[in-house]
Amino acid sequence: MSDLVIEARDLTKRYGQATAVNGISFTVEKGEIFGLLGPNGAGKTTTILMMLGLTEVSGGSVSVMGYDPARQPLQVKRLVGYLPDTVGFYDYMTAADNLRYTAALIGIEPKERDKRIASALDRVGLADVGTKHVGAFSRGMRQRLGLAEILMKDVQIAILDEPTSGLDPHATAELLETIRSLKHDGVAVLLSSHLLDRVQSICDRVALFNAGKIALIGTVPQLASQVLGGGYHVEVEADGVGLEQKLGAVPGVRQVESVGPGRFRLLAEGDVRPQAAAAVVNAGGSLRRLSFDEPSLDTIYNRYFQTHGGHPGDHHGAQNAA
Amino acid sequence: MAGTRAIIMERKMQREGSPWRGLSVVFFRELFDHLTSVRMLVLQFLVLLFGAAVVYFAAEQIRNTTAEDPFLFMRLFAPPGQTLLSFVLVLSILVPIIAIGLGFDSVNGEYNRRTMSRILSQPIYRDALLFGKFLAGLATLTIALVTLWLLVIGFGLLRLGIPPSGEEIGRLLVFLVVTIAYAGVWLALAMLFSIFFRSTATAALVSLGLWLFLALLWPALAQLFGEMISPQDIRFAALGLPTPDTLAWQQGLSRISPGTLYGEAVVAMLNPDAQSMTTLLAQFQGRIQTPLPLDQSIIQAWPQMVSLIAGMIVLFVIGYVAFQRQEVRA
Repeated sequence: MSDLVIEARDLTKRYGQATAVNGISFTVEKGEIFGLLGPNGAGKTTTILMMLGLTEVSGGSVSVMGYDPARQPLQVKRLVGYLPDTVGFYDYMTAADNLRYTAALIGIEPKERDKRIASALDRVGLADVGTKHVGAFSRGMRQRLGLAEILMKDVQIAILDEPTSGLDPHATAELLETIRSLKHDGVAVLLSSHLLDRVQSICDRVALFNAGKIALIGTVPQLASQVLGGGYHVEVEADGVGLEQKLGAVPGVRQVESVGPGRFRLLAEGDVRPQAAAAVVNAGGSLRRLSFDEPSLDTIYNRYFQTHGGHPGDHHGAQNAA
Repeated sequence: MAGTRAIIMERKMQREGSPWRGLSVVFFRELFDHLTSVRMLVLQFLVLLFGAAVVYFAAEQIRNTTAEDPFLFMRLFAPPGQTLLSFVLVLSILVPIIAIGLGFDSVNGEYNRRTMSRILSQPIYRDALLFGKFLAGLATLTIALVTLWLLVIGFGLLRLGIPPSGEEIGRLLVFLVVTIAYAGVWLALAMLFSIFFRSTATAALVSLGLWLFLALLWPALAQLFGEMISPQDIRFAALGLPTPDTLAWQQGLSRISPGTLYGEAVVAMLNPDAQSMTTLLAQFQGRIQTPLPLDQSIIQAWPQMVSLIAGMIVLFVIGYVAFQRQEVRA
């Protein structure tokens, strides 16, 4: 329990008649990467702003490191780093000067300031452009500078709003790498995104947002078994007699499908590769290939909205108060 | 019981920590920005150019007069008689432009650069950001005006070859303070619009539009409205005198414009021998010595000075409340 860094209970935000966030509850643990996923306008950014005390809470409660963001925003903001959606900097100032200003606002000692800025810029790979004006920076560089600010701040929680949107694959990979290194430092990372496949690779747990509510919450395999019922695909390529029956008898396997000569596709409740391999070998078959597909968030997401009515796309703008 | 509970609730609702945290950081950065910005340089150059021309002609005029004048030095700022252009007039036009130029993008600019949510996610309150911005703007204007004021006095010393008297210095100092307050009103107004409008262009246009309206149209409209509210009395009109009631309304209405207030305060300070209606009457009866002594001039200009400062505070507070309640997301 003591490892919980964020605890939201029945958190609600209303803008006049519209309800942007409708009674959501979740927790984030120390050193965990938690994903807030969902279409635009599902209430992700509003949730983040409530956690930072930047917008008032209409109902429910949220506690960040044991503090109430609405009443003790300074304590919360000292421990939380925030990278807004499309972060902006003062273009006419250098990257280092931008960080120097933030460092002064945070209250970092002048002696320590430059040291921390240099090491933060180094970690995000901007050390050689620290003295350049931010006006010339690309989008990816700005996002990295935003992360450098969080690194410099030395926070317990990093909240990243759509950190990878609009970045090319290379820049995305670099950014995700830095986010992973934050986790290694014991920082809890909360990130929002509508790009599911990118996020899947780094998130420990995710919450799927839909129309201001959390539709699903848990680890990706948990969601998969919840929504898809099983959801692990194991592909076996092997020669032998009667393999289909043998594979079907492996515990945990729900279905075996023959997809070609000597090729089988198993739908399983977990990773059954060792058992499948043993089954093939015991049957006297020769195993040529064994592959394992983790269910993709995209599949889970689409299936969820197919079965629960409505499509993620239907909610565009309707709940978006901004 | 209910009262105690209300107090407890209130204490619980209070936010913790000082609202001034980070104020000096914001203040010094904004000040540095203003002082190094090209915009400020251009505005300052504009004032210097106009000011230099006007003061030069005023000085030439003073050199040609031989009549005895106890306030010779002050004529540099406000030449006697109906001079078309005086330094004071140039200031009353250019100061609002500088103030609007400094303030029109102070808040919405942060939103447009998308720096607002990043800055506000640092451990400071919004109060510090807004106060820092306003005080930095006011400090910039003060620096600019004091520099200009010193330049004119220096020029006067060189060109006229006479030092200003102690009383003249006192009057000029009060004039400087009034000018800064006048600038503060326009700065607060520009910042108010920069909070209300997300587009900097809209904020600039509305500020300048309102300034033009108040400076050019309002004096005439105030006359018109004054007569509509309280029509001329035929008895006074027959004597060729203004009706006191109508005049009071007209004056009251025209004082909505900060320019009018500034003009009245400046005339009271710099033209001690020019009189308002009441003093004219009293002088006629031989009750008042002419010219007015310094303290009496200050008393005369006092309501206008207080009104300007109050106007600045009221405008700032309206903006402050609006900013506190504003949504951070762009």
